[in-house]
Parts: sequence; structure tokens; C-alpha cells
Amino acid sequence: MSTFKQHSILPGFNLALGFTLLYLSLIVLIPLSAAFIRTTELTWQEFWFTVTTPRVLASYRLTFGAAFAAALVNAVFGLLVAWVLVRYRFPGKKLIDALVDLPFALPTAVAGIALTALYAGNGWIGQYLEPLGIKVAFTPIGVFVALTFIGLPFVVRTVQPVLEDIESELEEAAAMLGANRLQTFSRIIFPTIFPALMTGFALAFARAIGEYGSVIFIAGNMPMVSEITPLLIITKLEQYDYAGATALAVVMLVISFILLLVINLLQWWGRRRSALA
Amino acid sequence: MSIEVRNLSKQFGTFAALRDVSLEVHSGELLALLGPSGSGKTTLLRVIAGLDVADAGQVLFHGEDATDQHVHERQVGFVFQHYALFRNMTIFENVAFGLRVRPKDVRPPDAEIRDRVHELLKLVQLDWLAERYPHQLSGGQRQRIALARALAVEPKVLLLDEPFGALDAKVRKELRSWLRRLHDDMHITSVFVTHDQEEALEVADRVVVMNEGRIEQIGTPDEVYENPASPFVYEFLGNVNLFHSRLHRGRAWIDGIEVDAPEHAEAEELAAVAYVRPHDIEVDRVAQGEAALAARVTHVLSVGPIVRLELIREDSEDKNPIQVEISKERFRELQLVRGDQVFIKPRRFDLFPNQIH
Repeated sequence: MSTFKQHSILPGFNLALGFTLLYLSLIVLIPLSAAFIRTTELTWQEFWFTVTTPRVLASYRLTFGAAFAAALVNAVFGLLVAWVLVRYRFPGKKLIDALVDLPFALPTAVAGIALTALYAGNGWIGQYLEPLGIKVAFTPIGVFVALTFIGLPFVVRTVQPVLEDIESELEEAAAMLGANRLQTFSRIIFPTIFPALMTGFALAFARAIGEYGSVIFIAGNMPMVSEITPLLIITKLEQYDYAGATALAVVMLVISFILLLVINLLQWWGRRRSALA
Repeated sequence: MSIEVRNLSKQFGTFAALRDVSLEVHSGELLALLGPSGSGKTTLLRVIAGLDVADAGQVLFHGEDATDQHVHERQVGFVFQHYALFRNMTIFENVAFGLRVRPKDVRPPDAEIRDRVHELLKLVQLDWLAERYPHQLSGGQRQRIALARALAVEPKVLLLDEPFGALDAKVRKELRSWLRRLHDDMHITSVFVTHDQEEALEVADRVVVMNEGRIEQIGTPDEVYENPASPFVYEFLGNVNLFHSRLHRGRAWIDGIEVDAPEHAEAEELAAVAYVRPHDIEVDRVAQGEAALAARVTHVLSVGPIVRLELIREDSEDKNPIQVEISKERFRELQLVRGDQVFIKPRRFDLFPNQIH
């Protein structure tokens, strides 16, 4: 232990580390390992069968696919929103800034119901999309829309402070050296905000994978089409198939973990390239 | 390339940063814009660069109107106080940036860029840092890289905004004389902004002293130091003692001492202030004639070749301390200690009639 401990003027290293570990164990690690332990009630064959039925596979595709697409869209448009909020001054800016947090605060079921009402065939937006042959509610597109909604604040709130910190001098320096706006953005600004953007993307993605409340209202929950994995887990729980539910949970956990690890690696790579001064 | 600035004015809200400023920078000279903060010197530099737009007036490069030219048409190199290096790029890429962003048809081939960058890095003596990132460099190194980066695009004019402002005293001194030598080698028309009078006087060919958005005086370091045109310049460039005075038909009474003041022949009973540099005051043990003021030594600082004395006048209601500098030899001759009585006489002075005092 003493080899880890660095001499520091701040007291309480042991206490703080101990508390952190205990806290994380109680809140995160023990519940998660319970999922793994519960799963061991199944044999390998049972486990493999449970997690690879066509209906379950379809739900993975939808869950991860829609979450990824939503996070991607959020990365692009969240960056845009952050840019507008940082760079321009306009009336109502404060209000818009506050609106960004709304998806954080709103109960997800409310969001789901609101979105469904909007995008259903007779809804405000749905009535115009339907004639064009675009059905949003009760299809995978609806899932994607709901996930986009709940993920937006993550990107905006992570990119915003970094964007605010970029000195105008950097852009002026680039302009003086002959760079046009596009070159300044792609070579100077984007590399600087890339790590933050990746963090926002990862958070939005992770949030979307786990999302349940808003999706089940708008998804329609048709097996093989618009059924997400968290819903399947709930279904299994309702059938008292606890081992089956935890088996799906374990698969989601492992996939999420791998994806987040990859994103972290990307971030590390990006951060190393734009090491902070 | 010469720069000319005509009648520039610039307003930030209710604050006038520049008031009708006109200035000529000769081709190949190193000019310092000197002034306290808020004097408009940085604004003037930024307007010349094209980073700020003046409300009125013109900027001419080599006689051609550049007022409406975009920043990158002006062929100006700019060095920022806080370096503004691109931290996501290596030192090499920072310096290469200006060449890499050129449109395809005028962009030099990679090999040429590489040679040019290494040449510039050698010029600033930091070739060995090419693969590092800005955060791995010291302040002085970063500023030299910023200079190399600005020079990479072969600017016709180099503008430096408080280039040494963020550095510690020792590095600042080194970099200062290094910049002077660099300029002597390259002869690129350069303008730098500083609030440090020592820096301006030491480095520049000519100094422009600015105050409250106006130019107070333009001249060589010698001229502005020896013949300040206004009380402001006097006070801004080094220490100065103020004596209440009276002017009348070519005569002046400096705290009671009568002297000639031929340049104020028309003055009729005017209150004035005499400005006297600390080294322009004669100190004696005994009064040499009538024209001397009695004072008492209140402080002696005898470190270094120059001895600084602080005196208080004895027979005057003005009890502001007087700063005097004398040579070490003179100090030994006089053998002064605290509490001694001395007689002082201004050797050189400038009289400015009171305006708003």
C-alpha cells in the first residue's frame, strides 16, 4: 500500500481511497456482479440459447444500432447547438441554454408519451410525415428519435465548456497565417474539442443503450422489429425467468463495456494528440 | 515595406481606444508602441494587422490602401503575448501551418516545407524541439516558436503584441536582445507593443509613446528620454522629480531658485511644474551661491555603481521626497549618511506650464 501512496500535503488519502472503493462496491460492483452470479444458474448451453434466439438478436441490433445512430446524430447536432450557444449572442439565448437540460430532468416516460403523441399518424408532426411514407411512431425510427432526444444534453454540456475555453487568439493566429474558416475549424478547433466530443458521444451512447422509459412508448414493441433489449429483460422478469433476464443483462453489460472501452481508447488517443497546454 | 496610419479612430462602447492617430513606420525599422494599459497601443497594432477594424481612418502598406484588405491579404506576421501556439500540433507542424494551409497551386511541396521549417527552427535555435508539443516547452521557447511560425509565411511586416510580457525578467532580457539581433539580420519592418519603457528604449529604433488613445511623442529612444515632449512622457519614461515653479517673461522660479527659461519668453505670471530627472540634480555639502535648496537625507541606497538618495526639502511646504542619483565616487567624496543636511540644485530641467493641476 505504501508504495502507491504519494507524499501529498492533502491528508486522508487512505480514508478517501477506502471510502471510494467501498462506495463503488456497494453502488456499482456488487449489484453488477450479482447479475453475473445469477446467470451462473444457467448452463453454458442454456445461456447461449437464451442470448442468441432470433428475437433477442434482433433486439441487440435495434438497441445498439439505434443508440449508436442517435449518439452520432447527437454528436453532430449537439456540437452545432454548443457552437451556437458559445459563439453567438441572440435574444433568448439563456432560455435555449436552459432548454438543453430538459431531457435530463424530464421523466423519460413523459418524454416517450410526448414524442409518441407528436409522431403518431395523427400527431402534429406525424400527420405530415405519414403521407410521405415515413412512419416514425411504433417503428425503429421512433426508437432512434427517442434516444436522440434523451442523449442531446450530454454532447452539448461536455463540448460547451471546452469550446468556451478556446482562445480567440488561436483563431486569429490561424487567420494571420492564411488559413480560411474551414481550415481553422478542421485543423485547430475540431482537434481541440475532439476529446470532449468523444466523451459526450460516449455518454449519450451509454445513456441510449440503457434507455427504457421513453422508448417503450414510442417503439410499439413488436418482436423482431421494434423491441429493445431492456424491454426483453423486463418481459423475462415478469415471467419470473430471473436467470434468463440476467443473462441478457450480462450480454448488454459486456458489450457496453467493450464499446465504452473502445471509445475511451479513442479519446485517450485524441487527448494525447491535443495535450493540454 | 513601410506602413502608414492616417487619422485612425476606434471606439469600444464609450471608451475611445484610438483618437485620431497618425503614424508612419519606415521600411525595415523596428518600432515600439509604448504606453500604459488602456493607452490604445494594442488596438493600434490590431488595426494595422487587420484583426480589428477602425471606426475611421486609413492603413496603408507601402503607400497602398489596405484598410479594407482581409487579414491574410496583408502579408503580416503576428506574434501574440500568450504565444497562441496550436497545442494539438507538434512544433514542426505549428511552424509549417502557414505553408500547409495555402491553396494547392501555391503550396510548396512537402520537401520544401520541411526544409523551410527546419531553417526557421534553426534561426530561432530550437531545431531540436521539432517533434515536441507546445506544452512541453518553456515560455521563452514557445515565444520563439511563435515568431518562427509568423516568419514562415514570409511576411512583409512583423507585428508583436507584448511579445515578452508573459515571460520572467531574465528570459525577457535575453529574448529582447535576441530579437534586436534577429531584426538586424532580417530587416523586416517590425512593430512591437510594450508597456515596459526599458524594453522599448533598449530594443527599438524609434519609440512611439501613447496615452489615452493618442500619440504623445515619436522619436528615437534618446530623443524621447532626453527631450520628453510632455509631462506624461517624462513621468512614463523613468523616474522624475516635480518642483512647483513660476514662469514670468523668460525667467523661472523653481521652488524659489531663479533660472533662465528663454523658451517661455511670452509667459506672464504662469504657474508651472519643473521636471527633473534624479541624475540631473547636483548635491553638495555647502550651498554654492544663492541658487540651492536645503534638504535633508532621509534614505541612502548605495548598492551598485549608482547611489540613490531620498531627500526632504527643509524650507518648503512641499514635503514630497526628492529622488537623487549620484555616482559612487561623488557619494564617497560627500560621505553622506542619513540625517545630513545637503544643498541641491537642478542641473537640467523642463518646465511645463500647469494645465489642469
